[in-house]
Amino acid sequence: MDIFKIIDELTKIDGDAVGRIEHASRRHFMNRVSSKLATVAAPMVFGTILNKAYAQSAAAVDVLKFALTLEYLEDAFYKEGIKAGKIPAQYLTSITQISKHEAQHVAYLEAAVGKMTLSYDWTYGGKLTDTFTNFSTFITVACALEDTGVRAYKGQAGALMMDPAILKVALQVHSVEARHAAQVRRIFAVVNSSAATKGWITGNQSPIPLVQAVYDGEENLTQGGVNLKGLAGKSDAAISEAFDETLPKATVLAIAGPFFK
Amino acid sequence: MNRIINSQNTSDKEEQKVSSKVDRRSFLMSAGIAASVGAAMVACSKDHEPTPGTGTTVNLGAGDVGVLNYAYALEQLEAAFYIQVIDTPYDNMSAEEKTILTDIRDHEVIHRDFFKAALTAAAPSQIIPGLTPDFSTVDFKSRTSVLGTAKVFEDTGVAAYNGAGNLIKTADYLVLAGKIVSVEARHASVIRDLINKNTADFAGDDVVDTSGLDKAIDPATILAAVQKYIKNPINGSNVGK
Repeated sequence: MDIFKIIDELTKIDGDAVGRIEHASRRHFMNRVSSKLATVAAPMVFGTILNKAYAQSAAAVDVLKFALTLEYLEDAFYKEGIKAGKIPAQYLTSITQISKHEAQHVAYLEAAVGKMTLSYDWTYGGKLTDTFTNFSTFITVACALEDTGVRAYKGQAGALMMDPAILKVALQVHSVEARHAAQVRRIFAVVNSSAATKGWITGNQSPIPLVQAVYDGEENLTQGGVNLKGLAGKSDAAISEAFDETLPKATVLAIAGPFFK
Repeated sequence: MNRIINSQNTSDKEEQKVSSKVDRRSFLMSAGIAASVGAAMVACSKDHEPTPGTGTTVNLGAGDVGVLNYAYALEQLEAAFYIQVIDTPYDNMSAEEKTILTDIRDHEVIHRDFFKAALTAAAPSQIIPGLTPDFSTVDFKSRTSVLGTAKVFEDTGVAAYNGAGNLIKTADYLVLAGKIVSVEARHASVIRDLINKNTADFAGDDVVDTSGLDKAIDPATILAAVQKYIKNPINGSNVGK
């Protein structure tokens, strides 16, 4: 299925997603203060509250649906990987923790914008033959997905400025994706004896050429309109590492597209 | 190079006190030590920022400038910490740890100098001065103390940027904060994995809630938590307002 069509179909599902998530975010915050038990139930709160009192922003709904599509992909990827049973024991705890978060992100977003069943092409259009049978391939794909996720959420921040409650949630997911990214990158570095791969992205270095598009632009040294080259006497590598870059939605969808049937 | 001599280790329980209020008495007692550390740091290398070395209250200001000053204050603190970590490495720091901590030091110095440049350009009359850090609660000879403190700083940085996002009114600044916060989150993940390798701690249940969300904390709470690491009293009551 064309990934743009997926987004379209998701868009048909819902009428009041923003109202629900904004309401739920407030509820969620209060729940967290008052009761841990209530926090557990927060995603279900989203699905059941249909409060029309909150205005909706079409831009925010689009962002949430875009985010859900990516979270579906990540969630399915880790679940398949764990099920295949080829993850070395020492990394299983980390991967399981990531899988848990992706499932939580899916539940959170589904409750707000609706649910759908997708199917995936884990060969990435015939380019990958051993995604779940070779841990080296698995962890490479994990790096690409997590680093893409970080860039994708970051790229949508501006579109959420009119919806502060949703912006806050998006930022909270964004930094979790970045924590994931650093961990899978460091596992990749060990598994593939790649000392050049660190928790942060250096220049536009890609773990493998196939996913170069995920890293293009990360070599940027200009921030806030100012070229930082030579700042504090630091190297270009260090300056590029110190700032992660955004990725527009269309680029993200072009990267992720081959994973969807 | 002066070295902070302090046998007080930062245990996991003590780290969690980051959200507690400043202990005024210990703050005053440690002020003398902090002043000498600040002076020593100024003398050490090009990474060091000159600091006023005073205890006068620093007002972060209001609106977006307040948010930028807030970020600048936190980045100053992180930069000063990692500069000290690399200048006076803890016992048996591994080559891998040294590489990681040096990278993080460089990132934080870049963030600090970036905010300094941005504020100097955008609001030259409102930029806060260099702050004087107070690391008297950190034992720089101890891996446990240093990495435990690094974990607090990185998690705090993530929560601070997440909590400040919806206070920012200028889209460009929001994107910049986003570009930095994910790097702080990468740092937090790596530091946590150095402490507890190959566990769930890199994105542990203590920082990520049951909806898979990281913390987002308001400036007042963050500033109260980090005040013990900064000699100058910080007033952030108008940040983002």
